[in-house]
Amino acid sequence: MPEFLQFAFSGLTVGAVYALVALGFTLIYNASDVINFAQGEFVMLGGMTTVFLGLAGVPLPLAACLAIVATVAVGLALHRFAIEPARGAGAVVLIIITIGASIFLRGAAQVVFDKRFHSLPPWIGGDAIRVGGATILPQSLVVLGGAVVIVVLLWAFIERTLIGKAMVATAANELAARLVGIDTRRIVGLSFAISAAIGAVAGILISPITLTSYDVGTLLALKGFAAAMLGGIGSAVGAVVGGLLLGLLEAFAAGYVSSQYKDAVAFLVILIVLLAIPRGLFGRASVERV
Amino acid sequence: MPAYAKTVAAAIALCIAGATGQASAQVKVGAVLSITGPASFLGDPEKKTLEIYVDDINAKGGVNGQKLQLVAYDDGADANAARTFATRLLEEDKVVAMVGGTTTGATLAMIPLFEEAQIPFISLAGAIQIIEPVRKWVFKTPHTDKMACEKIFADLKQRNLTTVALISGTDAFGKSMRDQCVAVAPKAGITVAHEEAYGPRDSDMTPQLTNIKGKTGVQAVINPGFGQGPAIVTRNYRQLGITLPFYQSHGVASKQFIDLAGPAADGVRLPAAALLVAEKLPDSDPQKPVVVAYTRTYQQKTGQPVSTFGGHAYDGLMIFVEAAKRAGSFDKAKVRDEIEKTKNFIGTGGVVNMSPTDHLGLDLSAFRMLEIKGGDWTLVQ
Amino acid sequence: MRALLSHRLVPVVAMAAIVVLLPLLFSSAYYYRVAALVFVFALASLGLNLLMGFAGQVSLGHAGFMGIGAYAVAIGPTHLGVASWLSFVIGAALSALVAFVVGRPILRLKGHYLAVATLGFGLLLAIVFANEARFTGGPDGMAVPRLVLFGSSVWGAQSWYWIIAASFLVGAVLALNLIESPTGRALRAIRDSEVAARVLGVDVAKAKLAVFVVSAIYASVAGSYLALLNGHITPDVSGFLRSIELVAMVVLGGMGSIAGSLVGAALLVVLPQTLTFLHDYEHMALGLIVMAVMIFLRAGIVPTLARALDLRRA
Repeated sequence: MPEFLQFAFSGLTVGAVYALVALGFTLIYNASDVINFAQGEFVMLGGMTTVFLGLAGVPLPLAACLAIVATVAVGLALHRFAIEPARGAGAVVLIIITIGASIFLRGAAQVVFDKRFHSLPPWIGGDAIRVGGATILPQSLVVLGGAVVIVVLLWAFIERTLIGKAMVATAANELAARLVGIDTRRIVGLSFAISAAIGAVAGILISPITLTSYDVGTLLALKGFAAAMLGGIGSAVGAVVGGLLLGLLEAFAAGYVSSQYKDAVAFLVILIVLLAIPRGLFGRASVERV
Repeated sequence: MPAYAKTVAAAIALCIAGATGQASAQVKVGAVLSITGPASFLGDPEKKTLEIYVDDINAKGGVNGQKLQLVAYDDGADANAARTFATRLLEEDKVVAMVGGTTTGATLAMIPLFEEAQIPFISLAGAIQIIEPVRKWVFKTPHTDKMACEKIFADLKQRNLTTVALISGTDAFGKSMRDQCVAVAPKAGITVAHEEAYGPRDSDMTPQLTNIKGKTGVQAVINPGFGQGPAIVTRNYRQLGITLPFYQSHGVASKQFIDLAGPAADGVRLPAAALLVAEKLPDSDPQKPVVVAYTRTYQQKTGQPVSTFGGHAYDGLMIFVEAAKRAGSFDKAKVRDEIEKTKNFIGTGGVVNMSPTDHLGLDLSAFRMLEIKGGDWTLVQ
Repeated sequence: MRALLSHRLVPVVAMAAIVVLLPLLFSSAYYYRVAALVFVFALASLGLNLLMGFAGQVSLGHAGFMGIGAYAVAIGPTHLGVASWLSFVIGAALSALVAFVVGRPILRLKGHYLAVATLGFGLLLAIVFANEARFTGGPDGMAVPRLVLFGSSVWGAQSWYWIIAASFLVGAVLALNLIESPTGRALRAIRDSEVAARVLGVDVAKAKLAVFVVSAIYASVAGSYLALLNGHITPDVSGFLRSIELVAMVVLGGMGSIAGSLVGAALLVVLPQTLTFLHDYEHMALGLIVMAVMIFLRAGIVPTLARALDLRRA
């Protein structure tokens, strides 16, 4: 029993990160049909910027806020200079553009920051908390809590504000949204900004646990994308569930099956789920016009 | 046919780019390093070290009256790219020697080229199969992973511990060292009771460590790996409250490991070069002047803590330079012979004595057993 | 004259001319090697182009098939005593078989879901290659014995350049034949609208599977060539980044364009070589160039330029 709990804690901690990255994917996809492979780089920028501002003497809370602002700026720039000019191009072209952007951001991070690993001090320090024979770091609770807060804020934004409604409208039908006077270009830009913010916050929250470096983005984007698809792209709930599920799958596979093949097991399960439920767990049926 | 013209144009551009490389008449030393990518933890200090010391050597007048030019390429830990750049170094840049090959995979991919071109190749990678079987033109400076296992096992025997668990990274370094440890264990009287693995980029290893903790009879844990993985494993180790003796590998040989692992690193032991405890060595230690000088130079020029990987690059470059000085020329055969005759070379990794059957030149005494205490390295007596 | 120019084999003849004339610019084995690499990846991206450009299916795991072909020519001679050329063929057959078995269920998925499934498949293969060290040499990889043809071993970038370039031309001709065949037309119908194609009586599942298998064979052949050319193979050959590279080559060169496969491969193989002078800024430049090409030449290099000069292509 204590082992099961330990695996579960590990899975939830890692899964919360995947969930936040997947949420970023879903947000942008919803607003613009773009799969943003630079999403992982937002997480990297949040963590690394905070670290380097901290090293330069800026107090950490302020450094974190500035890092979020900087990442949002990068997200907006990505939309304005890379995605916007390619409007109307096919989905694959946009994917390649975001891949080019992620290569660019990684290259820039190497030059602006450095190639070493860095850590941040945990928000809540102290020893691990013992629960039922298993231990969990206080920072893991911060990560999980942070994920919950972000999801709630996002929900409130989407459901309760006018701009949120505009985003939903853009996602449903871009042309119709424009016809009712919604500036869809700004909405898509906003989705990039929010995704960047979410990614940056995720990076700042997890760096105390998982360390950060200029190339943490690649693997995170991969797993976040897989989690988003598992949950059903287009569904925010799906993104979160998919992320947590992927984290748990990896942890249980590592613990019970084989630590060497844990990633393989996790992906195998995703494959099986997708073959059984082709639209992902919470994905909506898409209507294909002929 | 504009599209085809584009391909031709690209090829022409390539020719031009290549041609400009042949303009200078300096003596060129090649280096294919993993400056970016998963092994940049190793390759970046290597590159910085080579740059610093090539400049230093040139400032002091060069070698055999000629200045050296470092031609460095980044393979990103990709063996295919490494081979392409090695071809470029040999065919286009016409280097007289190579100090490089950060990863074993890249080194193995490049070896046949240097054997065929008959140019000395001093590798900076860890696996023992680079020099076993001995190849005429290939040497290496880092201690082998087999030596690391032997050193750890010897320390375990001294502490009367015989049953261990391994938790290794699935990267090349971790896997190679794990294989060596498993192979060497029976002869050293050590039993490997349990094994776990983790991906080099994973962020939480508590499931694996939980399994190790639950296995009865385990007396110590060894973590072959490099980069950030071992730091996370170490943190998880303390988080789970495991008190068994914990050994790291020389893959973490940089102060950065202590910074990242934090207080969890206290009590961790590892085999490493004397470079890490430069200032703490007794004055009678022959390595002390060399390692202290290197530490001061590197930290002053880069602002980053010293690491043994950069040290291996220093050793490689200096062994080549000394050999070239002894040979009196850059004739590849003569330089190769002199490299093989390296005796009592005091490097950062140890005292090097090469021979026709030993292209590494280090023995187990080159490894020191270190323990982390109070956030710093200490020598275990 | 117009009719002769628009004959479907014109692109192949033009590429053959390039293959023959290019070595005049080569001053050392380095150029032969880079060119050989270009044709290796052109072959792989040609197969992927058939899948993505003509059939409209996405695969983010295609490097996995390259891995099968590569390890076949490594493991066959080393562990099983099978001659290199035979291992080459067996590798291609094995890839086809794996594609057939895996493709049946996977190809039912659409769009991004298919992308994730193929991604997972590629990752699975890469993990197996990296972990099963006893057969594959693990993450450090293993040596690949030289190919022995008609009694003498093939060695040197120059020999490989001719062999691989010729193979690419053969592959291009076969691809053109496939595209013009009924299956090819069925594939293009599927790309435009799967539902409509089904309504017209096209056996969608069978056509998709067929092109998936064919593209796997192309990738396997390319992977085998890569292994033989390098004399050494590591699990990176089937890694995620390689798969992304292949997709980028297809899209940059032009989806649905045979010549585009060659141009895309040339771009992504040659560019890192020419950008080395930028040192630390190399990746930034690479990223910028990829983005710029996609923004300004969004149909891909070859189709956009062809359209700009108003030449009709098949």
